[in-house]
Amino acid sequence: MPGGTLSAADRRVWLIIAGIIVLGLLFIPLGQLLFDLRLTYTVRVVALGGAILGALSGILGAFAVLRQESLLGDALSHAALPGVAVAFLLAGRELSLLLVGAGIASWIGLRFLSAILRTTRIKQDTAMGIVLSAWFAAGIALLAYIQSIPDASQAGLDHFIFGQAAAIIESDVRLITAVGFFVLVVVALFWKEFKLVAFDSEFAGANGFRIGLINAVMSALIVVTIVLGLQLAGVILMVGLLIAPGIAARQWTQSLEQMVILAGVFGAFAGGVGAVISALDSDIPTGPMIIVVAFLLVLISISLAPGRGLLWSRLRQRANRRRFAAINTLRDLYRYALAHGSADHPIPDRFIRGVRARSVEAGLRQLWRAGHVMEDPGGWRLTELGIEWARKDRRNQNLWDSYRLYGDELGLPDVQEDRHLAIEAVLPATAVEQLENRLEPSETG
Amino acid sequence: MPETSELALSIDDLTVAYQEKPAIWDIDLDVPEGVLMGIVGPNGAGKSTLIKAALNLIPRAAGSVSFYGKPYERARSLVGYVPQRGSVDWDFPTSVLDVVTMGLYGKLGWFRRPGKRERELALFALEQVGLVDFVDRQISQLSGGQQQRTFLARALVQDAQIYFMDEPFAAVDAVTENAIVDILQALNKRGKTVLVVHHDLQTVGQYFDWVTLLNVEIIASGPTAAVFTAENLRKTYGGRVASLNGGTLAGAAGG
Repeated sequence: MPGGTLSAADRRVWLIIAGIIVLGLLFIPLGQLLFDLRLTYTVRVVALGGAILGALSGILGAFAVLRQESLLGDALSHAALPGVAVAFLLAGRELSLLLVGAGIASWIGLRFLSAILRTTRIKQDTAMGIVLSAWFAAGIALLAYIQSIPDASQAGLDHFIFGQAAAIIESDVRLITAVGFFVLVVVALFWKEFKLVAFDSEFAGANGFRIGLINAVMSALIVVTIVLGLQLAGVILMVGLLIAPGIAARQWTQSLEQMVILAGVFGAFAGGVGAVISALDSDIPTGPMIIVVAFLLVLISISLAPGRGLLWSRLRQRANRRRFAAINTLRDLYRYALAHGSADHPIPDRFIRGVRARSVEAGLRQLWRAGHVMEDPGGWRLTELGIEWARKDRRNQNLWDSYRLYGDELGLPDVQEDRHLAIEAVLPATAVEQLENRLEPSETG
Repeated sequence: MPETSELALSIDDLTVAYQEKPAIWDIDLDVPEGVLMGIVGPNGAGKSTLIKAALNLIPRAAGSVSFYGKPYERARSLVGYVPQRGSVDWDFPTSVLDVVTMGLYGKLGWFRRPGKRERELALFALEQVGLVDFVDRQISQLSGGQQQRTFLARALVQDAQIYFMDEPFAAVDAVTENAIVDILQALNKRGKTVLVVHHDLQTVGQYFDWVTLLNVEIIASGPTAAVFTAENLRKTYGGRVASLNGGTLAGAAGG
């Protein structure tokens, strides 16, 4: 990182992080004003639990997105369901045991998945599809069986399918916080290893890192997060809480550190806000609510993020089209005028429309607005300003040609050739002077 | 082969099979220290497989590999690796400097973070490959040639004795190819052993002083002048290719 100075992009990322945190903290007070939301003890517990789980999911999901393993989270969360059912049958409705059961089932699913990949030629996505549907089917079948047992205590077990935040109580939040802290410590400890394996696992292996071990640690963290999140988001939609914050975060930044932090903040926002909304009314399942909020974040990010966002690239394309139309038209006009004697020679409308039928209208309009051309009977004429611009542009193109030809010979610095930039903006003045000396007199303007 | 000179790499009876059909079969290969060696052979000849098996990246069906007389586990710091450029996602959110620093992760070992010293080593390597202006550039903005040079810089910081490079010339322009050759030859002058998977038969004689012809089995291995002959090429590629290149080869091998 460049020492101390923040680039515009970095500043934007930290601003978004701060903004989302403030918005998230203000959500409950705002809700009190707007929706008659009462800041009860329950709501606070639910909000806190949702936010911490969301942050954890976002952080680990960011890695899953980068490793192109989004579907793995989906398979592992679906695979947890039979574990819940079996744990209930064996030990009754004791939450911590249900979660242990979920974790074990999910882990067995993961081992089964890697066994398929290791021993057969079945591809990863297909293998995940197999595990996901088989484990989930077993879970649903077991739940149906449990429903048929005449015993009141099974009520609420189906909350694991879609999630129910209202079920979260204070001791749950304490558990979530403790485990979450542990997960964060492991991520920090393995930061360098996770990054290396996510980017280039072969190189990691060649450098003596045990890829199998690193992958197992990462998978274990994801399973732990999924298991904790089941009550909140449910097995079906847990994957959304894992990957949506990572996808949204990726749009805003080009640094892994920032992406992971931003994904954590987005996840916390989606988890907290979604949980609070669903806690207003016990008929709203929490999972879908959280995913709606997370998806909104994705939608906003994909549309608006500078550099990658749709809106941004649309605007850039439009600006480029206009700019290129103007500069191309100017060049055509200048070339024609010079070929007919002098730079201020009139150019017939027929000619210029014949050269560039489509973009010429926009080009002429802009040149006219900028005062580069004036209307002339039957055509156009370059103004003094226009001639000056055309000269500058031609000189710039010639200097770039000269750089490509003689740059190495003159020992000039190696720069990216971008002809739309003034060469002075890229090369030092002395270098430009050297290039200028190489130009023919006719080429300097 | 002279008995006295030390072997940088020695492979004995190495066989690798992905499915039933072996990808490489019973490879015996001795590479003396300080050579710049091209590994050539047709598609599917097992060139990448040979490198990956030597580096313990894929399981071996049989055989052993030693570097300077030691197994890979104890010789890791002596070995540098440049994977194929296409094997990673270049849209990964990270910078050129960061990728080059990854070459030092192995030396740092588990849990230790790179610091100022690592940064300086990485900067030095970037200078050597001519990317010093691209230090903070996002890797998603690099051209193919710049990606390849980034990978080379990452291998340079490893400061190894023997380098394995998987197709460093694949899809780069002529200028970049020359720049890469210069880097390889500079490494070679400093006494490093460099093994390069290569595809362009025309340049083999010009770039490499040692060559291994591979097509599942080793066809021939030794000094380019002695081994890179029309006859051996015919054995490697089949009759057609060798006759196509026959004229140039004789000249290259002679020179």
